[in-house]
Amino acid sequence: MTPSTMWIGPLCGLLFAPLLPGVINRVKAFFAGRRGQPILQAYHDLFKLVRKGVVYSETSGGVFRFAPYLTLSAVILALFLMPMSGMRAPLSFQGDFLLMVYLLGIARFAMVLAALDTGSSFEGMGASREVQFSALAEPCLLVGLLFLSAHSGRVGLSDILGRITAGSWQDMPAMLALLGSAWFILLLAENARIPVDDPNTHLELTMIHEVMILDTSGPDFGAMLYAAALKLWIFGALLLNLILPLGPPSPWVQIPFFVIGMLSIAVTVGVVESIMARLRLLMVPKLLIGATALVTTALIMKMAVR
Amino acid sequence: MTTLTVLLALTGVLLLGSSRLSISIRLVAIQGFLLGMTALWGESGFHAAGLSSGLSGMLVKGIVLPWLLLFVLKQSGARREIEPFIGFGASMLIGLLLMGLSAWIAWRMQLVEQGLSPALFTVALDLMLVGLFLIITRRKAITQTLGYLIMENGVYALGVGAGTEFSFLLEIGVLLDVFVGVFLMGIMIFRIDREFEHIDTDRFIELRDTASGKLPVEAGEGVR
Amino acid sequence: MTHILLGIAIILTGGMVALMLGRIPRLASIVAPASVLLGSIASAPPITRTLIDRSSPILTANWPLPLGRFSVGLDPLSAFFLIPILILAPLAALYGASYLNREHDRHRIGAHWLFFNLLVVGMHLLLIARDGIVFLIAWELMAVSSFFLVVFDDRKSDVRDAGWTYLVASHIGAAPLLLFFAFLGSRAGSFDFTGMATVTAALPSGSPIPSLLFIAALIGFGTKAGIIPLHVWLPEAHPAAPSHISAIMSGVMIKTGIYGLIRALMLLDSPSAAVAWTLIGLGIASGIAGVVLALAQHDIKRLLAYHSVENIGIILLGLGVGFLGLSRGNTVLAIAGLSGGLLHVLNHALFKSLLFFGAGAVAQATGLRAMNRLGGLLRRMPWTGFSFIAGAAAISALPPFNGFVSEFLIFFGTAAGSLRGSPSELTLGIAVLGGLGLIGGLAAACFTKCAGLVFLGEPRSSEARHARETSLLMRLPMLILAILCLAIGLGAPFAFRLVSPAVESLTGLNETALAATIEGLPAILGRISGISLALIALAVLLWSLRRRLPARHLESASPTWDCGYAAPTPRMQYTASSFATPLTLLFRSFLGTHIQGKPVEGDFPADASFASHTPDFGRRWIFEPLFRGIDRVLAPIRLLQHGRIHLYILYIAITLVGLLIWKVGMMP
Repeated sequence: MTPSTMWIGPLCGLLFAPLLPGVINRVKAFFAGRRGQPILQAYHDLFKLVRKGVVYSETSGGVFRFAPYLTLSAVILALFLMPMSGMRAPLSFQGDFLLMVYLLGIARFAMVLAALDTGSSFEGMGASREVQFSALAEPCLLVGLLFLSAHSGRVGLSDILGRITAGSWQDMPAMLALLGSAWFILLLAENARIPVDDPNTHLELTMIHEVMILDTSGPDFGAMLYAAALKLWIFGALLLNLILPLGPPSPWVQIPFFVIGMLSIAVTVGVVESIMARLRLLMVPKLLIGATALVTTALIMKMAVR
Repeated sequence: MTTLTVLLALTGVLLLGSSRLSISIRLVAIQGFLLGMTALWGESGFHAAGLSSGLSGMLVKGIVLPWLLLFVLKQSGARREIEPFIGFGASMLIGLLLMGLSAWIAWRMQLVEQGLSPALFTVALDLMLVGLFLIITRRKAITQTLGYLIMENGVYALGVGAGTEFSFLLEIGVLLDVFVGVFLMGIMIFRIDREFEHIDTDRFIELRDTASGKLPVEAGEGVR
Repeated sequence: MTHILLGIAIILTGGMVALMLGRIPRLASIVAPASVLLGSIASAPPITRTLIDRSSPILTANWPLPLGRFSVGLDPLSAFFLIPILILAPLAALYGASYLNREHDRHRIGAHWLFFNLLVVGMHLLLIARDGIVFLIAWELMAVSSFFLVVFDDRKSDVRDAGWTYLVASHIGAAPLLLFFAFLGSRAGSFDFTGMATVTAALPSGSPIPSLLFIAALIGFGTKAGIIPLHVWLPEAHPAAPSHISAIMSGVMIKTGIYGLIRALMLLDSPSAAVAWTLIGLGIASGIAGVVLALAQHDIKRLLAYHSVENIGIILLGLGVGFLGLSRGNTVLAIAGLSGGLLHVLNHALFKSLLFFGAGAVAQATGLRAMNRLGGLLRRMPWTGFSFIAGAAAISALPPFNGFVSEFLIFFGTAAGSLRGSPSELTLGIAVLGGLGLIGGLAAACFTKCAGLVFLGEPRSSEARHARETSLLMRLPMLILAILCLAIGLGAPFAFRLVSPAVESLTGLNETALAATIEGLPAILGRISGISLALIALAVLLWSLRRRLPARHLESASPTWDCGYAAPTPRMQYTASSFATPLTLLFRSFLGTHIQGKPVEGDFPADASFASHTPDFGRRWIFEPLFRGIDRVLAPIRLLQHGRIHLYILYIAITLVGLLIWKVGMMP
């Protein structure tokens, strides 16, 4: 594989990520019997926001103004560490999965501080929930990566995910299924989807992600929306690398498959959102601990089977 | 085979996390069914020797006992929530620790050299510990019955791992034991329920002799 | 070697002079910090030399005491632990010079500087001691001088209580150490470290003595370091002490406990897997318990104190991973674990002192330490605020700061070292990745709370509203530390070079041994620094692009959106306690938080209140029962204590005569 093709994957991510929320919304509209927004709505929103003016809260200061761009940069760099279906990530190195997890951590840190900078009690509430859930989600992600790292004998994210093949699914279907379902829960939780958070709610009291960016507007809001779409893409890619191992690299076949796979993940998310209700907030920690338990069960049983 | 053991281990963890009695009972049913399948399949594909033991296991553990328990649950009109002494999140974490401990013991015992499946042994030990943990940390009599059942499932798994001839005798004995146990427990739950209008074992403590000679406090003010 | 002794002499003299200048506090506050700075500069050359060429000079002199000889020396391990002292002691002194001037009790300043310099001297001496007696003297010097520093404000009863707790805790810790050195010394016939190191090797195998000695060292050094559940003095002493003292105690002094532990393990036989697992278990327990307890605190300095417990946990975890690798012959585990643990010693010293300086600046500007009454300070104190936020990001292990580098080494070593996938290695993997992941997430929660609620939003009290930026002398140390935190993050390979001599001296391995197994660690760290730099560059690029958008011209300001509510007040903001409540509820069975107050009731509610308080479980469940028990057992002995002087003299006489008879009777 030539070095230049490595960049195709992340660039696809940058280009197609805003499709995902569009697809999810269309699926939800379908279930609700509506026509729904155009699939490209997120692109329209982004272009509109970039051209708009911006309203700042009188309380907020420099942190609030800079945070959206730090969040976006961190997520973009994390995207460049994420391999896309068998193709190595352009910035990959050994141990890069830790950096990826912590880059997402920076994005969250900046977003939470920006929320607190407005002094709004709602945004404080959202921030408090965000840090709680992410703290519980982190072990799930890391232990899952450790499982795959032990499976592949490698420590680089591209190697770890590249070594999953159809054969690995034949060898240990149950364990990989556990991992996959845990990471799907993680995808829903980290990207503020039902059953953890409801992106459509109109009540600030029940929101997590949306409420944290209540006061963000204009291009800043655009940056936050784009970062959220990219984050969904990253988690989707992680899951897709696990459940759809595409074998040895031949980029021009893989890329279409990969994008289609990402879109089907979006469809699945949309279906889940349509048929499930949001969990009570008190139940979310249990869900996340449960997801961690799934991953750890897989790892312990892997240890036992050897 | 690996798939079955992984799923069995999973039921153990989920049981510790479930807050609904009916879900717990169904999990135990699934567990029993999986165990029966394990006996049927053995280490290397289907084998006839495990037929009787596997089928009876599936029937009794997967269908009869859970049905009985669900019936008792419905009849007793007990509240459907499980009331734990230790929270569900913490229970799940402890469950993982127990599983890790079992895996460690299985590893230390060098089972492969003795021709035993370490995965099945891990699960067996884990289920016994999980059962014990449930008995210790849950209040209701019915969850305690579940705990005994899970422990018995662990013993059964051990029997499956140890070899078929041995397991048959073991299994018959244990099955009888549990059957009687569940039967008795069912009767007892009815009795307790009729007398005290609840099935919290926690409040059995009101039946003890009090040192001061005073009458026990009235039901409802259990020890906290 | 003489350079360091010269440095110690300068600092000691400076302290004495400051004491004599006690009547002119302004002058004392110049002399003492200047002497600390000079002394640190004087001791720097031999330390850098040792770090470069790994030389281990040693200096032995005769000692006018019956117990061995006066022996000091330097090796890569000592040199590495001296780095944070050399950096932080002058900075803390500088900060203190300005911090103390405002205090109303000027007459104590002379004595304060004496004890400050003595503490610095004690730490220097401890790190270069090559002899049990020198070591113990330095240890005690450190403990006593820091006690006097903690009780600086001794007119407050809670400060006196805190000082008392600290004194008792440090002496409970000193007792096992005395046993440790006395045993080794008596077996070896000398208190020299080289002699003591041979003792355990001579013991028959299977002897329980090394384990007992390990436990003694663990209790002794663990009390100083603040390992759970021996951490009880930290949350008391740090809030009570002046902030530069908290910074130096939390940043540097507790690390001497870690140093002592490593030294003790080196004196015993090479650490076994059991020792390593003990350290790992204690590390995870301290890490999680520390951060959870920190989350539940409302007092900013108390919160930081509990965070020291957490970070000590991470350091122990790294050391445990390293020692496990050493005992298993797993090179990756050994080198990455030990480098991570040791580098975290330096990193924690930098960011924790930075945070304590920041908390001190806040406390001085507002007179408050309760987070629930602060807020909006970033506008009023931008230098302090941005430095504090940098420190918060660093302690949450976020790139591009230094905390990530050391935690990455521990994580990476574990992941790369557990690839062979034997059960014990995978267990280690789950424990470290799961545990450290949880700790990292909770630390981020804790520091978004701490930085966000103190510095962002609107002020919650009039004190916070009228806060002013602190003096230049106090800002400068914070700025230097923030820059150092960033520098280590962006220059991770160089930081690794700083720590590798010490790791080599501990393991006997150098990083060329790694090359066979994995791509070199410095190269990996280089990638991290590169990507961190890219992160900064990209964020600035995006930010400047955004400045070119039309939004620049269409900027307007309005009140924060509050769902249409007409009269928002700063008191309606989320508070520190409410921010942390979901997480503290999750851990409530462990924390045992007391909640008091009247809930809001009815359609037109009357006054409602809410207060929560989280007691320390180590104090409540271990130390209080222990001391009550001791009190009960020893109560009869109080009969001896009745205040009549002639009876006391009688006791002395009886003892002396008894000893005489015994000694004479023993004569052949």
